Amino acid sequence: MSVSAAPTDTLHRVLTAERRPPTPSALSATFTLGWRAALKIKHVPFQLFDVTAFPLMMTLMFTFLFGGALAGSTRAYIQFLLPGIVVQAIVFITVYTGVGLNSDITKGLYDRFRSLPIWQPAPIAGALLGDVMRYSIAGVMVIALGTILGFRPQAGWFGVLLAVALIILFALSVSWIWIVVGMLVKSPESVMTSSFLLLFPLTMVSNIFVDPATMPGWLQAVVRVNPVTHLVDASRGLMHGGLRLASVGWVLLASAVVVAIFAPLAMRMYRKER
Amino acid sequence: MTAAIETVALKKVFGQTTAVDAIDLQVARGTVYGLLGPNGAGKTTTIKVLTTLLRPDGGSARVLGHDVVRESAAVRAKVSLTGQFASIDEDLTGHENLVLVARLFGFAWREARARATDLLDAFALADAGGRQVRTYSGGMRRKLDIAASLIVTPELLFLDEPTTGLDPRSRNQVWDIVRAIAGEGTTVLLTTQYLEEADRLSNRLAVIDRGKLIAEGTSRELKASVGGNTLHVRLESADQRASAETLLASALGATVTNGVDAQVLSAQIADATRVPDAMSALARNGVGVHEFSLGQPSLDEVFFALTGHAAEASDTEVVS
Repeated sequence: MSVSAAPTDTLHRVLTAERRPPTPSALSATFTLGWRAALKIKHVPFQLFDVTAFPLMMTLMFTFLFGGALAGSTRAYIQFLLPGIVVQAIVFITVYTGVGLNSDITKGLYDRFRSLPIWQPAPIAGALLGDVMRYSIAGVMVIALGTILGFRPQAGWFGVLLAVALIILFALSVSWIWIVVGMLVKSPESVMTSSFLLLFPLTMVSNIFVDPATMPGWLQAVVRVNPVTHLVDASRGLMHGGLRLASVGWVLLASAVVVAIFAPLAMRMYRKER
Repeated sequence: MTAAIETVALKKVFGQTTAVDAIDLQVARGTVYGLLGPNGAGKTTTIKVLTTLLRPDGGSARVLGHDVVRESAAVRAKVSLTGQFASIDEDLTGHENLVLVARLFGFAWREARARATDLLDAFALADAGGRQVRTYSGGMRRKLDIAASLIVTPELLFLDEPTTGLDPRSRNQVWDIVRAIAGEGTTVLLTTQYLEEADRLSNRLAVIDRGKLIAEGTSRELKASVGGNTLHVRLESADQRASAETLLASALGATVTNGVDAQVLSAQIADATRVPDAMSALARNGVGVHEFSLGQPSLDEVFFALTGHAAEASDTEVVS
């Protein structure tokens, strides 16, 4: 009946090699799951490109089509546009946190993780760790394209670094929304579809592409309460100088509020069936 | 020593559906136990409750002496689950998948990699270890999934439909693996839709239907209650069915039933040694036989004998 003798012998050896290691620490489990997220970026780089492609396309289109009309020259416009495009690119890929979690749930991988004797929130913490990597890579890609098109940060590259850090912080708070959505809906595709309902208005009705001064008053009011507007303001300030601390404050406040609402909700849903 | 699994009036409800309805199970340590039933019978839900992934709505369950609700962490530390759908990451390679699980069990990187390599060797997957799992066949995925469940040899291994959808060769490989695991003293609880599989692998089995346990015992006991083996005869011509029925009934001493197909006759027989006589009786009387087969009763036949209704897959299989 046996396929061949050798595997059965090795199977015996493997099964009797009784050694149960100590339960991993919360940090170790989180880093291991972060390593998994890094492997996924390595094996499926497409996941990074398909969403980053849209902001890259917008950068090229807006710069060359409207740059001259909006700011006098394409070179002048890219200075204005780039900080906002970095925000859009990174906020867009937050949805993959939910897509990834949902596909882990539907594929049964999530059950495997939950049945292991690990710190239970580790899969979520590990996914967020992977997100930091994805957000950083996306940020670098957009800034590299911008630099080719003539973007020169007047406050220096350290300011750019600070701006990206602030954007990633905000993006991590938005990720919690997708974690909740990822646990609610039936398929990864539905997570993707629902994301456009939030992310398009959030990034378009803002100051990313144009100065809101020429918009009708009611729209300006909407733009002003959009946290993305404040994030873009803060990023421009950090990259080019003239930072208003109030905008950083609003971004931190908005992030805190989103996390305060969605993180406990996500953790409760995660633990529900125990 | 306590039983590996002991449930009393276990119950799990999803909305209007009672997926597990007052099930009592006793599984002795070191045995292979089969849960037999059609889709939607409640097999997967039972396993999810026993592995602490779902909380029971009534009754109690103890796994290796620990209560699944109050001592869920202790249960999780001792059991391993291979779900119905391969719970491995398709984007990662086979080796990376095993390293991931080994790391989550607490192995250091070097040990985790060594353990992964050993398991791939043992499951004859060494050549495919560096490939992404999305390129694997169904049989390879299933083997990798079982390997992931053995990173730390569990005291109790749950296998949810380990061979569903596999080709015969892969199915035989999985059977060999299950036997080897059981041979090392691990208790195995497996679910299946195939009586043959339950019969070949398990010491005892339970038949469940619509959340209820309808029969329990050794496979010999169960088959005896169904009526032993089943003989199927396909005639060359439907015209001879009436005479063939009479001939078979007298030669076998059993009730002969007509199949849906007008050329087919079936009989549940307790004594297979009378089959050759029955077949030659047909030949002597000029009844042409196109083909015949003697086999174990199918799940449908077991169900028909036990419940009086066919094993229809219910549409309420709850996977959540």
